[in-house]
Amino acid sequence: MPELLQFLLSGITVGAVYALVALGFTIIYNASDVVNFAQGEFVMLGGMITFFAHAAGLPLPLAALIAIIVTAAIGVALNKLAIEPARGAPVVSLIIITIGASIFIRGATQLVFDKQLHRFPAFSGDQPILIGGATILPQSLWVIAGALAVFICLWLFFTRTLIGRAVLATANNRVAAQLVGINTNYVMTLSFAMSAAIGALAGVLVTPITLTGYDVGLALALKGFAAAMLGGMGNPKGALVGGLLLGVLEAMTAGYVSSQYKDAAAFVVILAVLFAMPQGLFGRKSTDRV
Amino acid sequence: MLTVEGLRSRYGRIEVLHGIDLDVASGEIVTVVGANGAGKTTLLKCLSGIQPVSAGSIVFRGETLTTVPAHARVRRGLAQSPEGRQIFTNLTVEENLRLGAYLFADDKVERDMQDAFAMFPILKEKRNLAAGGLSGGQQQMLAIARALMARPSCLLLDEPSMGLAPILVAQIFDVVKSLKALDVTVLLVEQNAFGALSVADRGYVMETGRITMSGPAADLIADERIRAAYLGI
Ligand SMILES: Nc1ncnc2c1ncn2[C@@H]1O[C@H](COP(=O)(O)OP(=O)(O)OP(=O)(O)O)[C@@H](O)[C@H]1O
Ligand SMILES: [Mg+2]
Repeated sequence: MPELLQFLLSGITVGAVYALVALGFTIIYNASDVVNFAQGEFVMLGGMITFFAHAAGLPLPLAALIAIIVTAAIGVALNKLAIEPARGAPVVSLIIITIGASIFIRGATQLVFDKQLHRFPAFSGDQPILIGGATILPQSLWVIAGALAVFICLWLFFTRTLIGRAVLATANNRVAAQLVGINTNYVMTLSFAMSAAIGALAGVLVTPITLTGYDVGLALALKGFAAAMLGGMGNPKGALVGGLLLGVLEAMTAGYVSSQYKDAAAFVVILAVLFAMPQGLFGRKSTDRV
Repeated sequence: MLTVEGLRSRYGRIEVLHGIDLDVASGEIVTVVGANGAGKTTLLKCLSGIQPVSAGSIVFRGETLTTVPAHARVRRGLAQSPEGRQIFTNLTVEENLRLGAYLFADDKVERDMQDAFAMFPILKEKRNLAAGGLSGGQQQMLAIARALMARPSCLLLDEPSMGLAPILVAQIFDVVKSLKALDVTVLLVEQNAFGALSVADRGYVMETGRITMSGPAADLIADERIRAAYLGI
């Protein structure tokens, strides 16, 4: 049994990362129905900027804070420079713009930083913690706690705050949102800033375990997308559960079948969800009357 | 309170408003009546800021609004209840009303919501249901109630009676009349010319993007040409 527990623990750790990426998707999707495929690059930027700021001599918490703020600013720039000018374009075009942006960010990162893999120290050391015969890294607990904290904050944001409802209202009917006094451009800017900040936070938490490099974003975006689809796009609870499920599924596939098939799990999940239940586990049902 | 001069607007290359002049004094109920496709909805969309204006001016309480974005016009006291079902279908009735008062975070929001429920009791019954599940008439009431939550000094109403059963039409026009007592100025756009002119102080007749007649509502109701063209009498 310790074997199963070990797979479960590593699955939950990886799953928490996917959950963080999926949670990042949630806000922009809720504000605009756009799936932002540059979300993985935000994770990468969080790790890379923290590493270089730390290497330049800043204390780790300050380096992390700078990384989150800079990444949020890059998210805002993405909205202002690429998404807002294309307003009125079909959602598919906007999604393609985000894919282009992710390629651009990857290239720019290579130029500004480098092509190496990087790591900075774990927050609470590297001494594994023993749980019932299996082990878990202290940094994994940070990742899991981070995913839970972001989930709770987002859930409160969308259900308890007026600005959170304004985000939902903007996605649901942009014209009507303007007619009640919502500045929909501001809502979009806020959504990109928040999504990017969540992505960067994920990068800060996970880099001590997985390392970071200019090209880690794409795989994360795809896994996060699979997780969000599984849970139901746009729903924070779906992002959390979908991420954890996908992580555990991958760990089990790697452990009991072969680690070669690990990545295939995500794509089997995407296909199965699209085929069997396009709304995902907790997806919002459309209540429009036609 | 609201003065419109030489207002023109177009969809692509096709101009649909060819220079509209209109004014609404504080406390008045003014109606714009006209047939299908005359441009009434386009006029209100220009006033609320969700449709671009190609020429002319809109002055509201002494301030030129022509370049003010839509969301900022609400803050200045000009709110629109849009045509059709422009409500937040995925949100509940109560959330729709709360968003109507998006600009406010004080105790009056709750009282305004109770007033809205008193005005339209069916909305109170369905307050926790998704607005997309309401009937057409109920969605219409929700759109009006939501616009009132913004505490407008001037309310723009687009076809509030459209698609409603006759008993509800009478109720909606009663609500419009009652707004006078609440110090809300009303600009009402309607195909139902008789209903609209019965509650209005003054009226304008619009035909293919132009104002062709205007005057006290009582005179317009009595006018032979209007009786023939719009009242079916
Ligand atoms: N989105 C649009 N794109 C192109 N043309 C439009 C659009 N909306 C309206 N029109 C055209 O503009 C003209 C005026 O339309 P508008 O909706 O303002 O009329 P209306 O008086 O409100 O009609 P109704 O009584 O049917 O609501 C019509 O000829 C219509 O076909
Ligand atoms: Mg109309």
